Amino acid sequence: MFEEKALQQVKASKEKWDETVEKSFAKAPERRKEFTTISGTPVNRLYTPLDIADMDYERDLSFPGQFPFTRGVQPTMYRGRFWTMRQYAGFGSAKDTNERYRYLLKQGQTGLSVAFDLPTQAGYDSDHPLSMGEVGKVGVAIDSIEDMKVLFDGIPLDKVTTSMTINAPASVLLGMYLAIAEEQGASFDQVGGTVQNDVLKEITVRGQYIYPPKATMRLTVDLIEYCLKNVPRWNTISISGYHIRESGATAAQEMAFTLADGIAYVDACVARGMDVDTFAPRLSFFFNAFTNVLEEVAKFRAARRAWAKIMKERYNAKNPRSMMLRYHVQTGGVTLTAAQPLNNVVRVGLQAYAAALGGCQSLHTNSYDEALCLPTQQAVTVALRTQQIVAEESGATDTVDPLAGCYYVEAQTDQIEKEIMDYLEKIDAMGGTLVAIEQGYIQKEIQNSAYRFQKEIESNDRIYVGINKYTMEEPPVTDLLKVDMSVGEVEAEKLKKLRAERDQTKWKAALDNLRKVSESEENVLPAVIEAVKAKATVGEICDVWRDVFGQYRPKEYV
Amino acid sequence: MAAEKKIKIIVAKPGLDGHDRGAKLLSRIFAESGMEVVYTGLRQTPEMIVETALQEDADVVGLSSLSGVHNYFFPKVVELLKAKGMEDVIVVGGGIIPLEDYDGLKKSGVKALFGPGTPTNEIVDFIKSNVRKS
Repeated sequence: MFEEKALQQVKASKEKWDETVEKSFAKAPERRKEFTTISGTPVNRLYTPLDIADMDYERDLSFPGQFPFTRGVQPTMYRGRFWTMRQYAGFGSAKDTNERYRYLLKQGQTGLSVAFDLPTQAGYDSDHPLSMGEVGKVGVAIDSIEDMKVLFDGIPLDKVTTSMTINAPASVLLGMYLAIAEEQGASFDQVGGTVQNDVLKEITVRGQYIYPPKATMRLTVDLIEYCLKNVPRWNTISISGYHIRESGATAAQEMAFTLADGIAYVDACVARGMDVDTFAPRLSFFFNAFTNVLEEVAKFRAARRAWAKIMKERYNAKNPRSMMLRYHVQTGGVTLTAAQPLNNVVRVGLQAYAAALGGCQSLHTNSYDEALCLPTQQAVTVALRTQQIVAEESGATDTVDPLAGCYYVEAQTDQIEKEIMDYLEKIDAMGGTLVAIEQGYIQKEIQNSAYRFQKEIESNDRIYVGINKYTMEEPPVTDLLKVDMSVGEVEAEKLKKLRAERDQTKWKAALDNLRKVSESEENVLPAVIEAVKAKATVGEICDVWRDVFGQYRPKEYV
Repeated sequence: MAAEKKIKIIVAKPGLDGHDRGAKLLSRIFAESGMEVVYTGLRQTPEMIVETALQEDADVVGLSSLSGVHNYFFPKVVELLKAKGMEDVIVVGGGIIPLEDYDGLKKSGVKALFGPGTPTNEIVDFIKSNVRKS
């Protein structure tokens, strides 16, 4: 990038400048001895061409839409169209949530994102003993195709794309979605959306696992394989770093462990006999955005470059789409404070700005009240408006990858990419991602970072506004969203009725067939779709698999 | 000074909630402060938690919930402890718990609640100064 002679000149001048600056420290010292990002990465006083002296523009940055995609996966990015504004939402019954979806679409939201309650995510029906108290709490309660019909009532599934945060039971919920789309008159190749379907991070950090790793990976790959042939517009997995970061990981760890999971999925699909260029273009990712804007931007750029290289060099992908790291971003839930909750609006604003500058494909902005309760309608509206302000007013969307060439951001991008690659090398040496998870290596690395951060806060080495500085007495917040505890009873009643009224012969035959297919090596998706059409419930289908595959019991690494 | 028996604390995640960053972090911090810690892992029913407390002869049960089910689970644990004759076990809780729920939970027998942002030494100090007081 720079001529050797010019660099030498800069080096000499910088040394002189450093000397002068440090002389002034006797009178005016810097605020602290060492500056670090929230991830603990040291930050220099000043970045100059010297920090990116090795950069080769064509090789390392290239152009948007071109390998290694550092500058973005599309040529025009937001000059073409903005990211998809997709607010994760769901609570109470399917009817309650359907109303929130219609409201959000009316407010200019461009895609849906379904939050399921924990029983649905863990594969239990609303009347299961473990569902006690949880029905309709953190998401919508879905037991059967009947609930799903209500959830999407009046929403055209050939036009709106839907992202579903569902993992171990992903094929069941996708089956329901496809079946009702079909009823609406939309064919499988018209519907578009995403299922999270990322079971590995459930095991490491998120906790909504059901089956042992090998069995649950088989279901994941079945879904990918089925969609490849039948639902071509579907994003078959959303390989998630979001929860890895929420659990305490640094920016580089978030990307490293997510790409490590990605490698495990690609390996599993290749082992199934799929050609990498057929399924890789439908892989998508999901990341966090914290408040340190520049570190986040560097993180996104580094991961795009790292994934492109992995797909090209490790898997010999030929299709450029296989190399593109396409991703959804959600702002950092764990960064929100219960103290002075309106301050969170600003945090979310910065995080959304980071996501835009980093080149995301879709975005969820958190509501300011989420450290207190499930978001209220007012808070959800402010959150959506926040991304609309970033999109329409900030200017971040007018040119592609605006921070490229910034000495600091490029140096950080290189640094994070190096950290990612170092971790991947270490994980490879251990025998791969599954072994690293089995040994608790990934879990422990994340927990150590969480611990370091907590210690920094408590020793005031890192300042958190409203937590360890600028604290104040404030009245308790009122008007929080409350989910009616009776949702559980209502859902249980509905289930009782469904079980009594469905065609028993058809239902039993469908579940028997599902069991048979699950015991074989056949793809389970067609049998799942038949079962949901025969009104088998999420819990019943997941129980068949609990029987066939067994259940996962984690070792605890504390 | 006679060696005092270490405080034993059960850190538990009731229900289906998977958010365990806080529970794991506190487990480590309790251990560093000299307590003996048993972390139950996820998906615990109140019965399982109380059974563990009984088996381990616990002094404290710490419950962590971020999915909005505290009003059901926390009082249930207190109630089952009582039923097993373990009234002297202190129950404390943390997570995403609206302030307006604090009173009801305390009335039901939860000794203290610690919301997001609580310094961990505050929690440690509370436990140390409240265990084996009666």
